[in-house]
Amino acid sequence: MNNKLKSRRPLREKHYWEEWTGRIYTSICVVFLIVVMFSIVYFVASKGLSTFFQDGVSLSEFLSGKTWNPAGEPAAYGALPFITGSFITTFLAALIASPLSLCAALFMTEIVPGKGKKILQPAIELLSGIPSVVYGFIGLSVIVPLLRSIFGGAGVGIAAGCLVLSVMILPTVTSIMADALSALPKGLRESSYALGATRWQTIYRVIIPTVLPALLTGIVLGMARAFGEALAVQMVIGNAPHVPTSLLESASTLTSVITLSMGNTTMGSVHNNALWSMALVLLVMTFVFVILVRLLERRNRV
Amino acid sequence: MFKKLPFILMTLTFVLVLAACGSKNDAGTDGAASNGAGETATELSGNILAVGSTALQPLVEQAGQKFMAVDEYKNVTVQVQGGGSGTGLTQVSDGQATIGNSDVFAEEKIDDAAKVSELKDHQVAVVAIAPVSNKDAGVQDLTKQQLIDIFSGKITNWKDVGGKDQAIVIVNRPSSSGTRATFENFALGTKVEDIQGSIQEDSSGTVKKLVAETPGAIGYLALSYLDDSLQVLKYEGVEATVENVEAGTYPVWAYEHMYTKGDPDAATKAFLDYILSDEIQQKDVTELGYIPVSGMKVKRDAAGTVTK
Repeated sequence: MNNKLKSRRPLREKHYWEEWTGRIYTSICVVFLIVVMFSIVYFVASKGLSTFFQDGVSLSEFLSGKTWNPAGEPAAYGALPFITGSFITTFLAALIASPLSLCAALFMTEIVPGKGKKILQPAIELLSGIPSVVYGFIGLSVIVPLLRSIFGGAGVGIAAGCLVLSVMILPTVTSIMADALSALPKGLRESSYALGATRWQTIYRVIIPTVLPALLTGIVLGMARAFGEALAVQMVIGNAPHVPTSLLESASTLTSVITLSMGNTTMGSVHNNALWSMALVLLVMTFVFVILVRLLERRNRV
Repeated sequence: MFKKLPFILMTLTFVLVLAACGSKNDAGTDGAASNGAGETATELSGNILAVGSTALQPLVEQAGQKFMAVDEYKNVTVQVQGGGSGTGLTQVSDGQATIGNSDVFAEEKIDDAAKVSELKDHQVAVVAIAPVSNKDAGVQDLTKQQLIDIFSGKITNWKDVGGKDQAIVIVNRPSSSGTRATFENFALGTKVEDIQGSIQEDSSGTVKKLVAETPGAIGYLALSYLDDSLQVLKYEGVEATVENVEAGTYPVWAYEHMYTKGDPDAATKAFLDYILSDEIQQKDVTELGYIPVSGMKVKRDAAGTVTK
């Protein structure tokens, strides 16, 4: 009895230290993450809010003003053109990408599960590895001239922007949708087939309704990515600070105007602070997207 | 309580580490500065960080490489970063960078006069900007008034300035850009608003591509970007050439500035002198498409007044 205890002790001590190193290591990472996250939020918020508290730009002017003219006399800081631009491009990109992604995901999991997963999935995931400046350049060299030759005009604009974006969010949306579809219990499909349903009936009567919240999660995450994408969009959208009247007219997004002007303005100037306010709008929108995803996930747990 | 201990400990450590990082950075810059000043002229050492204008970046980078290769300066490290004129001026003014590269006078970017007076201007090159159009617009020469009318949206078709019946597409720079400020100050003489449907791009490469490919496009580019894919427009009948800029007959040009906070330390001074030396001015500056400051027969101050 006594002997047994003695032999066990070193082992227990070892476990004890392993436990503690693991705990300390995780704590370091978690604390670091929390510190980084809070500093970012604090920094963006303090910079972005000083536009309103220090520089006296009114919030309603910022959110609903249509004129953006920081160099003018008097200067105007209306960010509505950028906010609408961001929303239009994001929604259109999601509108184009979602059906494509859904079909690709169904193809990979339901129609040709073996080959589809082996060939199509890596091919689509490859898209996410391409740097966004390359997408921008392809957009500028292929999509813009194409739109120009079909519809006339300059070719740059929201149409070009959302086409580029829709390709960029394809991998995100597709992989989340495919994961959701393959996580579906086998019995669901089998019982549907056993009842005599065809594959198509199974897909649109059983499978899609069951995983709908997860499919929507994929779309929302894709939209979050599209909303935050800057470089590629900036190259093809034209960046005129106006609410566009057609899809082929030059417009800007929040991100494109930030990347365009951030380096050229000095820290602390009203113009620079107004750009931070736009960054704050982007941050808040990301929170909204995250909350949306959380809500959808809750619905998913049926 | 005991369970939470590592968590609390780690939080403390991190706060300390972060704080230390912050102060260490400051110390680094200060140390480098005093180092350079303290050493004798033969053994210069120190770190030079030049941040700012992307238009000036290629020149400073190339000069920096050559500078570090010189035996006398082998202990000096020159680091060059882009980020834009505004970033350059902010960082040099805050003491984070040794040199702030800028396309415009600090007076035009920084409102705080006290901050501006701390900065010392070193003009290292001149950049001239020419209006360019798509080749098929059918125009070779524009007057100042015509340019104003085009960029303010009064004239929207090339036929009104003697060209083809083709709608004008404006390819502009963002309103904060130094190149745009130069173009507005010296070609238009007035600020213009961004008109609906105009295009704004920040990189000269993209501006060039769009103007070359879009029918009816007009824009403006630094001389180093001009080639046969574009129609270079004369300004008031004057061609944008190095000779015309140097003689003062072509007015659309600006200095490239390298600002230091107060007088530069020995290493930085050596680097600035090196850029202004004939070796760099006559060769690298010209090769990269800038105009040497030494060749300028006219001078211009921050208010835009030109003197012979």
